[in-house]
Amino acid sequence: MMIRDSAATMAAALAKKEISAVDLANQHYEQIAAVDKDVHAFLYLDKEGALAQAAEVDKKRAAGEKLSPLAGVPLALKDVLTQKGVPTTCGSKILEGWRPPYDATVVTKLKEAGIIILGKTNMDEFAMGSSTENSAYGPTKNPWDLTRIPGGSGGGSSASLAAFEAPLAIGTDTGGSIRQPAAVTGTVGVKPTYGGVSRYGLVAFSSSLDQAGPCARTVLDTALLHQVIAGFDPKDSTSINQNVPDIVAAAKKQDIKGMKIGVVKQLSGNGYQKGVENKFKESLDELVKLGAEIVEVSCPNFEYALAAYYLIAPSECSSNLARFDSIRFGLRVGDDGSKSAEEVMNLTRAAGFGREVKRRIILGTYALSSGYYDAYYGSAQKVRTLIKRDFESAFTKCDVLVSPTAPTTAFKIGEKTNDPLAMYLNDIATIPVNMAGIGGMSLPCGLAEEDNLPVGFQIMSPAMKDDRMYLVGGALEAALIDKWGKTILDFAPKLVGSK
Amino acid sequence: MSAISRDEVANLARLARISMSDAELDHLATEMDVILGAVARVQEVAGKDVPPTSHPLEVSNVVREDQVVPSLTPSEALSGAPASHEQRFKVPQILGEE
Repeated sequence: MMIRDSAATMAAALAKKEISAVDLANQHYEQIAAVDKDVHAFLYLDKEGALAQAAEVDKKRAAGEKLSPLAGVPLALKDVLTQKGVPTTCGSKILEGWRPPYDATVVTKLKEAGIIILGKTNMDEFAMGSSTENSAYGPTKNPWDLTRIPGGSGGGSSASLAAFEAPLAIGTDTGGSIRQPAAVTGTVGVKPTYGGVSRYGLVAFSSSLDQAGPCARTVLDTALLHQVIAGFDPKDSTSINQNVPDIVAAAKKQDIKGMKIGVVKQLSGNGYQKGVENKFKESLDELVKLGAEIVEVSCPNFEYALAAYYLIAPSECSSNLARFDSIRFGLRVGDDGSKSAEEVMNLTRAAGFGREVKRRIILGTYALSSGYYDAYYGSAQKVRTLIKRDFESAFTKCDVLVSPTAPTTAFKIGEKTNDPLAMYLNDIATIPVNMAGIGGMSLPCGLAEEDNLPVGFQIMSPAMKDDRMYLVGGALEAALIDKWGKTILDFAPKLVGSK
Repeated sequence: MSAISRDEVANLARLARISMSDAELDHLATEMDVILGAVARVQEVAGKDVPPTSHPLEVSNVVREDQVVPSLTPSEALSGAPASHEQRFKVPQILGEE
């Protein structure tokens, strides 16, 4: 079995024909069959499509065709990206059974690279949440402890990696939905610079914040996947028309001597679990040993980031989700010939959306309504300017910024479902990155002493300097593995039935 | 005093085209009050001189030559429709009887 190996190791074995892409996909389907009844990372498995795709890669390899580096390596796709002919629900009842007629650009690039898409992963409905408990199809469980959340919204993607159901996954990050799930499952996740990866075919939640990105178990695997999906796309008018920096070389470089690493003063203290802070500080010591210089920087307006986010994201969501109107796709309820289109819309949206989505649509509708617009949405946009300025000033003093990714380790399923504000606080350290459109990575930095659960270390880099987070992340990962003598997932309890 | 009344929430639900029961409205009005109380902090910090940011990048309008490229066929475009008729989306009635 190769399922515990890195994607890079799998790719090398495939290239040497030590294993076929079909066999590798089947090993992962075996693991999914064994553990996913407990973990519930997947909403849909496209076994037939994946195995056909794998057979195609094997055929090309046998014929001596030149293949992309990750050709034949399996991947789990977050259910918010369209894949032609494969059900795409966004974790919502309103899209149950919908099969998109087109591929997202990210999916097109994955297919062109010969990456095998095993299936679609669970998520909070329309990516709104930090625990996957808002999925209409039931929560995903954290492979470290099945009574705990795997993070959100991309908890299905992070759990599939930690459960060795897939070595690679795609996530999307609007306020931390790639990084926080990575942090609480002991995996790696990167939110690229806004515009660095196409949003075409990514079902929109908050268009000025949404960004698709790579997830994996190692920094190098994450970089390899990032390189596949990145780049300019004429189908996305906010896509950046510039070359992506060489992130794979950066992930391999392992040399951070003389780099200046800024610790954000505001992203610590009150609300941060002791064990999270301790592991974060120990990682700073490792960075110093590697020759980096640690400087403290202040970003005073980060204090207002969460409040601004919970106005901007709901405002954009209230507008974006207007498209779920029962006319062109998805659910239609109450159309018995006697009701008007408006009545049918009202009934469909009542039946199709869950509580958190309704809450955010109402909040956004309020923030955008005349009389309140300036006080709420307008003020939030000004805060966004101040956060951008804080980052600009901080990056004059250092090359990257760092913080814990999430204030706590994985909490219990059900613990925060009745307190929206407590749930929103999970994103306190990840949101500023989205507000400014810069890059952010989370990588595992140890287990908290209170609960033996993984802690995430966040690295933030200026826009289009994504290579810097890979450079620091790659060096820190190597130092930590050297210190532990094994990877973080080697500390995780074995799932029942796991191969 | 609460920041938002139950009647205001009912009006927002009507604008957002989501039908809600009385119990749902009561619950949401209470939650909205708490959330608005927390997010109102954004008003404390930015002065009049701070310009708003609506987008993280310097976005400018993107224009290109009008080229004909392959697109979805009518049957593909209609494939997810709850109801269709010939090559059209079929909608519930949009005008009254009179």
